[in-house]
Amino acid sequence: MNPMTPIISIANLTKTYASGQEALKAINLDIRKGEIFALLGPNGAGKTTLINIVCGIVTASTGTVSADGHDIVRDYRGARMKIGLVPQELHTDAFEKVIATVTFSRGLFGRAPNPAHIEKILRELSLWDKREAKVRTLSGGMKRRLMIAKALAHEPSILFLDEPSAGVDVELRRDMWAMVRSLRASGVTIILTTHYIEEAEDMADRIGVINKGELIVVEEKAALMKKLGKKEMTLNLQEPMAEIPPSLADWGLELKADGHELHYAFDASAANTGGGIALLLKRLAELGIGFKDLHTSQSSLEDIFVNLVRADADSQWGVRK
Amino acid sequence: MNAPRFNAYGVAAIYRFEMARFMRTIWQSLVTPVITTSLYFVVFGSAIGSRMSDVNGVPYAAFIVPGLIMMTVFTESIFNGSFGIYFPKFVGTIYELLSAPVSYVEVVLAYVGAAATKSVALGLVILATASLFVPIHILHVGWMIGFLVLISVTFSLFGFILGIWANSFEQLNIVPMLIMTPLTFLGGAFYSIDMLPPAWRTLTLFNPVVYLISGFRWSFFGTADVAVGLSFGMTLGFLAVCLAVVAVVFKTGYRLKN
Ligand SMILES: Nc1ncnc2c1ncn2[C@@H]1O[C@H](COP(=O)(O)OP(=O)(O)OP(=O)(O)O)[C@@H](O)[C@H]1O
Ligand SMILES: [Mg+2]
Repeated sequence: MNPMTPIISIANLTKTYASGQEALKAINLDIRKGEIFALLGPNGAGKTTLINIVCGIVTASTGTVSADGHDIVRDYRGARMKIGLVPQELHTDAFEKVIATVTFSRGLFGRAPNPAHIEKILRELSLWDKREAKVRTLSGGMKRRLMIAKALAHEPSILFLDEPSAGVDVELRRDMWAMVRSLRASGVTIILTTHYIEEAEDMADRIGVINKGELIVVEEKAALMKKLGKKEMTLNLQEPMAEIPPSLADWGLELKADGHELHYAFDASAANTGGGIALLLKRLAELGIGFKDLHTSQSSLEDIFVNLVRADADSQWGVRK
Repeated sequence: MNAPRFNAYGVAAIYRFEMARFMRTIWQSLVTPVITTSLYFVVFGSAIGSRMSDVNGVPYAAFIVPGLIMMTVFTESIFNGSFGIYFPKFVGTIYELLSAPVSYVEVVLAYVGAAATKSVALGLVILATASLFVPIHILHVGWMIGFLVLISVTFSLFGFILGIWANSFEQLNIVPMLIMTPLTFLGGAFYSIDMLPPAWRTLTLFNPVVYLISGFRWSFFGTADVAVGLSFGMTLGFLAVCLAVVAVVFKTGYRLKN
């Protein structure tokens, strides 16, 4: 298969709940085979709704979805056998044994028993020692990992992780992401949502930002960071400055810390051209402005995300006016 | 790997899961009906039965056995059929079923199959218990098993629909309490409808339970309140109605999907 052929293709998908809540507005999205796609958005944006439609838990109002070439409605068997879901909420069979519920999931998804595979998953998720324990005796983080084990029991080629890191401690989160990476390495496509933006920054190949039911951005992570990221340079001045000299007006500088610091913000993409900084430093030297220290910083995906969602809200506000 | 046309592993997984739940609570599941049946025998069979005359040539204590079995089969089928699907809905594990490559036929087959298996087993346990109190001779064993299985399946299916419809445990309990208990008591479990005044007899014929108990009793003693063919037809008819309702439920995703 051509690597650029989408493994999931979502076209004109809308969802209005019976309550009248319009959760999704005409979503068009292609997920590429083998990528890690992070779906970001504030609470109530529609992330879970979108995932639940693809997985068959919620019915779409209009639009189509196909997974690995199978229409999720007409050919639901073909589609669903390929998909594993770790839902946002922890729903477990409290009275079952760990190994029994994972074995159950494999059978439910139509696969012949394979104890070796079940063992492998439970070991990878550090649940093998707990295999004979009743589910209700597990801690919250263990239950979350159990949900992942259940989702992987039938060897899906597409995995949805709806906020997998909620309630999982730092160390186990690191283990979990290591496992997600190894799944990707074995060819599994992963779609995840998270409110820890730095996780998405770390993990994702591509980012989608959804707000109020609309996909406002879908972009390669690197390109997104480059396009929308800001860099900032701070100079700690030797002598405090009362005001910025007119000959430095071109850079849009800002004085901070009572004139002790000079800030210069610029596009991450402009940084490559280099002209901005080099010229600025040269001009400062000509003017005899000395500095004790200098540092630069780059905006995180989190900053970008917050700005995007805020800008989206502003533009909608503008339209309504 | 192509998707199979019938997800046999899926059906087996659900069936086994449900039976495991049953086995975990096997003592509760068996002890309650056995004790209840024994109490009925002490009260109706011995205390009252000794003063009762034979019904259509059958001693009263034996006469009530098919009705007693049916009472348990009705309640247990409805309970197991409804609980099996209501509980995942209640705790949220239903998400897995909804996202799985199983058709509604497979889901019904597995849940209703498991619930009916339990009911048939319980029915036989009660029969065995009853035979400790009175000698029972079964005239048509094949028909007896046939009615037992068919009625277990039908009521498990009815329970399944109830479990999908119910939004609370109260709703889950109210139908068996409010509808099934009176219908069963007035359905000839403890008497032949011939014993009723003519007006009541006519009214009773609108009670579907009469046909079920009558048919089942016929398989024991060869005598019945209504023709056995009619009993059998009514049982199949009720089954068909439940099947139709369940088909609509799944087609529309009623109360399962948003
Ligand atoms: N079953 C439902 N019935 C009615 N409205 C719903 C239902 N489920 C979700 N919604 C609404 O749809 C919108 C999108 O919800 P959704 O759960 O998809 O958001 P989300 O992006 O996953 O949010 P979060 O980050 O909080 O998980 C919200 O306004 C929510 O209130
Ligand atoms: Mg969500």
